[in-house]
Amino acid sequence: MIAQPERKIALWHLGVAYTAFLIGTLMGVLQVFIRNDALQLPAWLDYYQILTAHGVLLALIYTTFFIFAFFITGMSKSLGSFGPKVRLFSWIGLWVTLLGTVMATVMIIAGEASVLYTFYAPLKANGFYYVGLALVIIGTWVSSFALVGHYIVWRRKNKGQLSPLFAFMTITTIVLWIIACLGVVATVLFQYIPWAFGWTDTINVELSRSLFWYFGHPLVYFWLLPAYIAWYTIVPKLLGVKVFSDSLARLAFVLFILFSIPVGFHHQLTEPGISNFWKFLQVVLTFMVIVPSLMTAFSMFATFEISGRKKGGTGLFGWFKKLPWRDVRFTSIFIAMAFFIPGGAGGIINASFQLNEVVHNTLWIVGHFHITVGTPVAMTFMGLTFWLIPYLTGRRFTKRMQRLGFVQIITWSIGMLLMSTAQHVLGLMGAPRRTAYSGYNDHPSAMEWFDGIISNHVTMAIGGTILFLSAMILMYIVIMTMFVLPKAETPEQMVEFPLAESDMSNTPKWLENWWIWISIAAALIIIAYAIPLTHMIQHAPPGSKGFITW
Amino acid sequence: MHFHKYEKIWLSFGIVSLIVFLSVVGVSAFSQNHTPSGGMDTIDPEKVNETAPFDNPGVTQLDEDTYQVAIVALAFGYNAPDLRVPAGKEIIFKVTSTDVVHSFTIDDTKVNMMVVPGRITTKSYTFEEPGKYLILCNEYCGTGHHMMSTEIEVY
Repeated sequence: MIAQPERKIALWHLGVAYTAFLIGTLMGVLQVFIRNDALQLPAWLDYYQILTAHGVLLALIYTTFFIFAFFITGMSKSLGSFGPKVRLFSWIGLWVTLLGTVMATVMIIAGEASVLYTFYAPLKANGFYYVGLALVIIGTWVSSFALVGHYIVWRRKNKGQLSPLFAFMTITTIVLWIIACLGVVATVLFQYIPWAFGWTDTINVELSRSLFWYFGHPLVYFWLLPAYIAWYTIVPKLLGVKVFSDSLARLAFVLFILFSIPVGFHHQLTEPGISNFWKFLQVVLTFMVIVPSLMTAFSMFATFEISGRKKGGTGLFGWFKKLPWRDVRFTSIFIAMAFFIPGGAGGIINASFQLNEVVHNTLWIVGHFHITVGTPVAMTFMGLTFWLIPYLTGRRFTKRMQRLGFVQIITWSIGMLLMSTAQHVLGLMGAPRRTAYSGYNDHPSAMEWFDGIISNHVTMAIGGTILFLSAMILMYIVIMTMFVLPKAETPEQMVEFPLAESDMSNTPKWLENWWIWISIAAALIIIAYAIPLTHMIQHAPPGSKGFITW
Repeated sequence: MHFHKYEKIWLSFGIVSLIVFLSVVGVSAFSQNHTPSGGMDTIDPEKVNETAPFDNPGVTQLDEDTYQVAIVALAFGYNAPDLRVPAGKEIIFKVTSTDVVHSFTIDDTKVNMMVVPGRITTKSYTFEEPGKYLILCNEYCGTGHHMMSTEIEVY
């Protein structure tokens, strides 16, 4: 078991994460009922307030706090106990991030920031909403630097050695996160905050959007990579085998540093101010980032097959039956991976330049991120929660909890399948995203969207309701494992941190030379962004004043 | 670094597929002009109503086979009177905004344009089927976002 102070820091992160999860999922279930006109909100509450809260609390806050809980635990486990400075800065990071979260949430609840989590200018929220978001980022940087410090101490003590795979992957994710945040920090600090507090009159809208998406795409990799860390380092242990290939795992991760950042324009394919050449260049780079995911898929199935065959599975697919399906820690993550197959394929469609016109800002996109971050990432986090909390609290994970865990992941899968399929189909037909209930004055086209077997108002609401029930079961498991279940007394009752062995004997040293990867990443970013961003600044139209349209 | 033989096959297959996808997209875009909406023209967002072509929004015939449609998007509607255009002719849509970001999206077509204040978004489209098409905003723009719509008639 890891040292008590780290356990406490990690548990606090999980506490915040699941508080955000509780409120965020409640906002989600309200939305599906407003959208089908079954629920009328009171006058003081607006659909778009709920939508903003849902996005911020689940996509930004739940993920971020969970990720740091996982990192802190795993870094302490794989590199040893934190020193006093690392502990102190981990706490400071937590409190700064939490302060920012509370500030932003209060602004949303007060109706001062119904600008959604993308906060596109010139919608102008209260300045403290942007300050809150900036504090969230700064807090994560403090926590990140604490972990980097811990890693540097380890490297100094173990000169010439490769770091353990978990630590390597954590640092990769942090490097990616820091580089990605530069964009959002630049726009919030130099554009939004001065403008929102009235120190400047206008804002360069297209520049703010481009800086946001410079951050917005690698943000999704900041969610995905911790899930990949679990797939690479936790899953093989649950299967009783080693990591398939240490060097390929590391190579896949550094490729994410290179290719997940210079690709933000694929969120802006249908907008003016960026020429087709630069849009297409970033489309090409977007396709490059698919390669490490293909490598990951191969490693996963190789791991499954090796494990299944070791346990006596024969024939072409006999190994599949030998996988530990009765272990909720494994099955949850397996389902998460399965959802990522259509999720990733959908992503290729979205990024395909002119094909994007068919789906941009339709419900298809909403369906897409619910089967990427909403299931592959979120359900991996759920699968980790089942052992991470009891591991940290020293409580038992009882048989009953294991059964409940199965109910939880199965309901989540069914709910998500219904809801996201409905959203994908509705989006293809043309139904827009981010809208409250609307029939567009009963326009025949709009009526047609909701007339299908899957594409109707009911499927999405049923899916959303099942998802909410699933979320409440998870909350029950979280509370039980955190506060209620009996403490483990014998070694068999102890919950372990299942960290797989990784054979580093054939891993080349240059994979851990960060300066190589950071330099190539910087070069790619400059190639993809320098000219179009300079053009946006030099040929900027008169800026926009702020508007409060809610 | 060792790549398993099957992994080499898998990755080659994957990378070749990606190259094929990109080639299809790229050739279609740059040799057949199937590019998404965009454009590099700028405009003062506070002087939209005085700036051509938005001082006279609506349909203008440019020549025998080409029509221009100028539209001003604003919370929560479109300033574009009498939207009637013929089928089978090239229609050039030019859209801008006087306030926040919107979209100009025509249902059942590939016209799906982001509208950014200070910028003019352009898209060329040829309708094949006559009919009445729903136009809506699919970028969040405020309380009335889901009410923001209009209609275009193709004859």
